[in-house]
Amino acid sequence: MTDIQDPTRVQLPPPNKRPDAAFFGASAGAGFIIAALVAFIGIFLLVTAIPSLRKNTVNFLTSTQWQVGEGDLAFGIAGMLWTTALSSVVAMVLAVPISVGVALLITQYAPRVLGNTVGFLVDLLAAVPSVVYGLWGAAILAPAVQPFAQWLQDNLGWFPLFAPGLASSGSVFVASIVLAIMIIPIVTAISRDVFEQTPRDHIEAALALGATKWEVVQTAVLPYGRSGVIAASMLGLGRALGETIAVMLILSTTNDTSINFSLFAGGETFASKIANNAAEFDSATKTGAYVAAGLVLFVVTFAVNAVARVIAAGGKARS
Amino acid sequence: MAKRIEVSDLNVYYGKFQAVKDVALTVEPRSVTAFIGPSGCGKSTVLRTLNRMHEVIPGAYCTGSVLLDGADLYADGVDPVAVRRLVGMVFQRPNPFPAMSIYDNVVAGLRLNGVRDKGVLDEAAERSLRAANLWTEVKDRLGRAGVGLSGGQQQRLCIARAIAVSPEVLLMDEPCSALDPISTLAIEDLIQQLKDEYTVVIVTHNMQQAARVSDQTAFFNLEAAGQPGQLVEMDATEKIFSNPSVKATEDYITGRFG
Repeated sequence: MTDIQDPTRVQLPPPNKRPDAAFFGASAGAGFIIAALVAFIGIFLLVTAIPSLRKNTVNFLTSTQWQVGEGDLAFGIAGMLWTTALSSVVAMVLAVPISVGVALLITQYAPRVLGNTVGFLVDLLAAVPSVVYGLWGAAILAPAVQPFAQWLQDNLGWFPLFAPGLASSGSVFVASIVLAIMIIPIVTAISRDVFEQTPRDHIEAALALGATKWEVVQTAVLPYGRSGVIAASMLGLGRALGETIAVMLILSTTNDTSINFSLFAGGETFASKIANNAAEFDSATKTGAYVAAGLVLFVVTFAVNAVARVIAAGGKARS
Repeated sequence: MAKRIEVSDLNVYYGKFQAVKDVALTVEPRSVTAFIGPSGCGKSTVLRTLNRMHEVIPGAYCTGSVLLDGADLYADGVDPVAVRRLVGMVFQRPNPFPAMSIYDNVVAGLRLNGVRDKGVLDEAAERSLRAANLWTEVKDRLGRAGVGLSGGQQQRLCIARAIAVSPEVLLMDEPCSALDPISTLAIEDLIQQLKDEYTVVIVTHNMQQAARVSDQTAFFNLEAAGQPGQLVEMDATEKIFSNPSVKATEDYITGRFG
């Protein structure tokens, strides 16, 4: 190789390539470990679930039976899928408007000090352990919202979601409220970040046309943040789908595993079902049935998160 | 449309920092007034006090008065939102709303003012785009995204958006600094036409531009970094560029300074 350095100039040593290679190795290794972990968890779930699924005598996806003790295996996830989806979607519907409102308050309306304080309080919500949420939901929130729940059942009971359900208070309704509180911090934090990034140009364009604060929010902030808010909602939904201990402590389990449309029924989500029955993992076939349920939860959560990613990436590409 | 602006004893502060000191000037209706001066001299700040846009920055306030045909923009009970509906503004970087089509951008201000009648909006969109010399270029694609246009077209779209609400005054804060020379020329031609109907105030760093488009020129300067900006002199553009009364102005426009 010919020397490209001018010999009359200061002679610099050749660049040291070794740290570069080492760093590339380390980061590539870290990336590989993550990929391998996801693959191994997926493989573990599949391998454990398949033998039990083979022995299943009912349709896994459409049946609501759950018989994994003595006799023939008969297990289906329809009931759990319904309860999981219902509680999480209701939680999202409750949480998103509040989160967007708080994020707008923090970024657009409140003076900086107040905004930071509110932001800090919302972040504190995320620091509460989920078992504490569960205890609070079961012991305090459930009895407190019971009169309202009763009123809904008495007056709007014709609507399937509000049909009369449990006499006790451990309903999907209460679980959804607690889940909503649990996902508010994440939805708020992401919404706040995207609203904060609204380009000054867009805000000033609206202001210069004589827009009021709310009109600035409508014309500049919300259109810019929309994809971010949708992505945040999906991430919150993913979080609610998998939440275990709080839901388990709140929801009353019933022997009737068929699908009940009412918010005021009890039931079990994938996560609470698996956790409630951890003591039963004494044979491979039984365990396999629960793992199969876990696999469905994994796939659903994965899909929701993937959709959130795609939406978030699409929003970035546009702006 | 088009009103006289009278500024007197204007002092502008950002928190404790005084950005502009004792500015007094008069802008005639249906004329173009250029604000020139080195960076940090307060020309953009003064421009923004004309539609109270400086108040967007936390801690910013001003004292003195700005009269629009005798009505003080800073009198008690005057809503800055109402001021900005009378005094439109075009910014340094073209800033069409990215989520909106060309049409929606132009009529955005009217919609904010509660105009819903499709006929009125259509008429305003065509009138404003024609006035901004953009109609022939975009009339077949009004439904396309505004951000899909070239930079110069976007800036004319922003001008169309600003004049769609029929303001009394049009403020322009370095409207060509992000544009190529051909787009700049198009905007300058447009400014010449706009003064038939509007009072135009333009901030520019480009002295040839000030000389080409304006009737009056105001030169701002600051004594040293950290000092407030002041109005050095304001006069007919021809006079400022041929025979200014103050030495500093001559130094600046001949490029011996700044």
